[in-house]
Amino acid sequence: MGVEGIGARVTRKEDRRFITGKGRYTDDIVLKDTTYGVFVRSPHAHAKILSIDTTAAKAAPGVIEILTGADLAGDRIGGLICGWMIHSRDGTPMKAGAHPAIAHERVRHVGDQVALVIAETKAQARDAAELVEVDYEILPAVVDPARAMDADAPLIHDVAPSNLIFDWVLGDEEATEAAFAKAAHVVELDIINNRLSPNPMEPRSAIGYYDEAEEHYDLYTTSQNPHVARLVLSAFVGIAPEHKLRVVAPDVGGGFGAKIYIYPEETACLWASKRIGGRPVKWTSDRTEAFLTDCHGRDHVTKAKLALAEDGTFLALRSDTIANIGAYMSTFSSATPTYLHGTLLSGQYVIPAIFTNVKAVYTNTTPVDAYRGAGRPEATYIVERLVETAARQLGMDPAELRRKNFIRQFPYQTPVILTYDAGDFEANLDKALAAVDYAGFPARKAEAKTRGKLRGIGFSSYIEACGIAPSQAVGSLGSGVGLWESAEVRVNPVGTVEILTGSHSHGQGHETTFAQLVNERLGIGLNNVQIVHGDTDKVQFGMGTYGSRSGAVGMSAIVKALDKVEAKAKKIAAHLMEASEADIVIEDGELKVAGTDKKLPFFQVALAAYTAHNLPAGMEPGLKESAFYDPTNFTYPAGTYICEVEVDPDTGKTEIVQFVAVDDFGRIINPMIVEGQVHGGLAQGIGQALMEGVSYDPESGQLLTGSYMDYCMPRADDVPSFKVDHVTTLCPGNPLGMKGCGEAGAIGSPPAVINAITDAIGNNNLSMPATPAKVWAAINAA
Amino acid sequence: MYQTTYHRPSTVQEAASLLASAEDVKLLAGGQTLIPTMKQRLAAPANLIDLGRIAELKGITVSGGTVTIGAGTTHAEVHTSADVKAAIPALAKLAGGIGDPHVRHLGTIGGSVANNDPAADYPSAVLGLGATVVTTKREIPADDFFAGMFTTALEEDEIIVRFVFPVPRKAAYAKFANPASRYAMTGVFVAVTGDGVRVAVTGAGSDGVFRWMDAEAALASDLSPSALDGLSLDPSGMLSDIHGDAAYRANLVKVMAKRALAALG
Repeated sequence: MGVEGIGARVTRKEDRRFITGKGRYTDDIVLKDTTYGVFVRSPHAHAKILSIDTTAAKAAPGVIEILTGADLAGDRIGGLICGWMIHSRDGTPMKAGAHPAIAHERVRHVGDQVALVIAETKAQARDAAELVEVDYEILPAVVDPARAMDADAPLIHDVAPSNLIFDWVLGDEEATEAAFAKAAHVVELDIINNRLSPNPMEPRSAIGYYDEAEEHYDLYTTSQNPHVARLVLSAFVGIAPEHKLRVVAPDVGGGFGAKIYIYPEETACLWASKRIGGRPVKWTSDRTEAFLTDCHGRDHVTKAKLALAEDGTFLALRSDTIANIGAYMSTFSSATPTYLHGTLLSGQYVIPAIFTNVKAVYTNTTPVDAYRGAGRPEATYIVERLVETAARQLGMDPAELRRKNFIRQFPYQTPVILTYDAGDFEANLDKALAAVDYAGFPARKAEAKTRGKLRGIGFSSYIEACGIAPSQAVGSLGSGVGLWESAEVRVNPVGTVEILTGSHSHGQGHETTFAQLVNERLGIGLNNVQIVHGDTDKVQFGMGTYGSRSGAVGMSAIVKALDKVEAKAKKIAAHLMEASEADIVIEDGELKVAGTDKKLPFFQVALAAYTAHNLPAGMEPGLKESAFYDPTNFTYPAGTYICEVEVDPDTGKTEIVQFVAVDDFGRIINPMIVEGQVHGGLAQGIGQALMEGVSYDPESGQLLTGSYMDYCMPRADDVPSFKVDHVTTLCPGNPLGMKGCGEAGAIGSPPAVINAITDAIGNNNLSMPATPAKVWAAINAA
Repeated sequence: MYQTTYHRPSTVQEAASLLASAEDVKLLAGGQTLIPTMKQRLAAPANLIDLGRIAELKGITVSGGTVTIGAGTTHAEVHTSADVKAAIPALAKLAGGIGDPHVRHLGTIGGSVANNDPAADYPSAVLGLGATVVTTKREIPADDFFAGMFTTALEEDEIIVRFVFPVPRKAAYAKFANPASRYAMTGVFVAVTGDGVRVAVTGAGSDGVFRWMDAEAALASDLSPSALDGLSLDPSGMLSDIHGDAAYRANLVKVMAKRALAALG
């Protein structure tokens, strides 16, 4: 591997600029003649817009223009789209209501944008925004997904009766019910998967700029996938044709899924720049707007059950879920509760029959879409809570009940579409049991009792499907796009290398890991490699970063392009050294003739390619290759997490005293970065389990958790020092054998925490977030 | 933030006359509540009088069985003061548990007490220790100072100058922090003085800081935590919100009071 190759703990190249404050984020960019946009937002969860009076606001100092939904409609700018078609069980397509970039005639959640005020300064725009007079007729609101289909619930979009967007099923209902009918044991749970706010450190921001001379648009935006943004804004919203629109996503400070989507604000800024004659329009979210408008995650209400034979063998699993979509369908909102969720309900286990029904509903809340894990945390929570509960009901050891039902033969076809390609679930479990000292738990529990603390232990053996995804497969399931990735390897005449990737880094460390891959192959050193991403003018079309795909899919594309570069370089080297092409090897930055001392430095071969003075007959000059890689399968990271807690029965406060995470991510390029991904994912999963939860007033629909005073983010002293380890089974589906690692921590950890607390307090009826107040109430209800 | 006129007096006298003459005015102490509120446009005073440069509002002195703390003294200064640690260690500990290091280096005792946030820590110490609030106009006993959530006995033209804390025989503060804000979900300050035991509770009461009289009575003859075993608080007087209902807070008051008692030593 070398000190800077695959498997090396290389310090992140990009961190020098980030930690010295030199990162260049969207809000840092100031174009000439920039104007500033501020959105007037609805204070009501649901209302008719009777009138908008902008007279006073337009007269305010510095105001350039005020635009409304009527202006947008007048310019025939299309609405935002949901890019994944889901069909209901009766075959009808999902019922998506209109999603204009500025609300027109009706607002559907608190924070819905009603007008865009553009002024010379941000302060002037804010002042003027307060002068816009909107006359609302307030309508009843519904925020709870479980009540959205009630007969008396207000209708949010006329196209979706009963607020039902789709009624989707997966699996064999008849076989599943038959298995339940004859099962020796049935375990049932009511589950709420709490709504989360993503909270990337950098708020969303956008600059729209229309160049009148070139009739060309630039959009600078906080996006995880600039090419997808360009495609949607061109082909569907219709602002500009693709070749007249450049989208740049520069340094982006965290995404967690929330920056995948094409949002109203960037759409409006782009359109508005042309309306005001081509001056750039910049908008940057403040933290309150982020709570109100960044797509939320999770928010499922589920009834789940597991059927077991007398000896604990799993027979069937069923779940019935209501998924909250919010007030509008965001870009991938339909995929998250369906194909990213129902397909994972087999977990790590042989379960012969599985059936799931997901009803997606509109409510008067912020739109809900993928958030770190996206559907898979919800599935894992169902499976792992059911399994732990079953172990308790049957009086079996939770580790052994899992072991008894683990899948051991691969490939394994689950009853819910996926084919698991590789794994060693027992090895994960055994390593985790050893790390946590499972045998010593009873003694630790007894000791804790002497201190008045309730000690508990909880498991989660998760599996997830990421490295999204084979294009043909997702196309057949309703995706509007292919989910391949692209790469271009440009070798410069001096032998340095630029990698142009369709992946996008917003914290993942691609500038380091991708360079490690190049160094592994060419041996030219990390400093001779530049990673280029995030600009549709520079990089060929690519699909971006989400679903833990940049390693397994993005790097596979780089491998394919590197293969081509190496093949051509070898041809040139063989020609120059008068050797057989088959004898050329690349080592330590040199092309060598195997078994001889003949060699050429890589840069000399590169230079020969560009001088073209002496190339093999018929060869084109240059050394630059591109590739598109379409995965053949998802990748299947899996692991076992064990959480050990102590609960203070007087206050209900939970302390995580031990957390072990054993993951199988296949080949690891940079263990330090992977551990960082696991740590961050675990912190977010623990946040969901113990602290985080978006809360709305059930009557008014007002957001109650609109700041960090009320929305509780995990902090350093809320999480323990994690024990992280790995088992490695290589993924057979991609050339490097990699599996995604970005979401596992957030997927696997919530059930481990809740299983541990419910074990400690002896009451299984506990919902997330398990705040001290809730745990105290559960202790006293037990 | 809206436009405001900023004044920076250098003496208490100057501040007091500005306060008496200006319209629509707010006093700015450490700014840890007021500035964020103004930034969010939830407060918009036309005039802002910054008390931060007034030397006579700062400092800690110990004499004759009292600790005197200037209203402009920061939480960090109280927390790290050798004098406070020696005389009333519970007060130093309380100050060290407010907010985060940024807040503690800017926020002041006068600003906190004048704001009387129902979840702030300091009001429980002022009330629990039976301190005297010295203002530009008078001396106000703690028992007369706090008048409900965000409300005090201070008049519009009155500025807190200093606090005089009688040194107790012993005292302790036990706080259960709100997981999100880290304000007190419940904080209980217990002080044993020559005149008896005082138990002041912050964070829990729907009218702000209060003395738990039943506990004080029970502790008059027995300072052990078990002296509170038979007591309970009426949840109807407790705050209830998304972080914890009234029953939970009523429980926390008792638990934290016991922990404070255990910490008395």
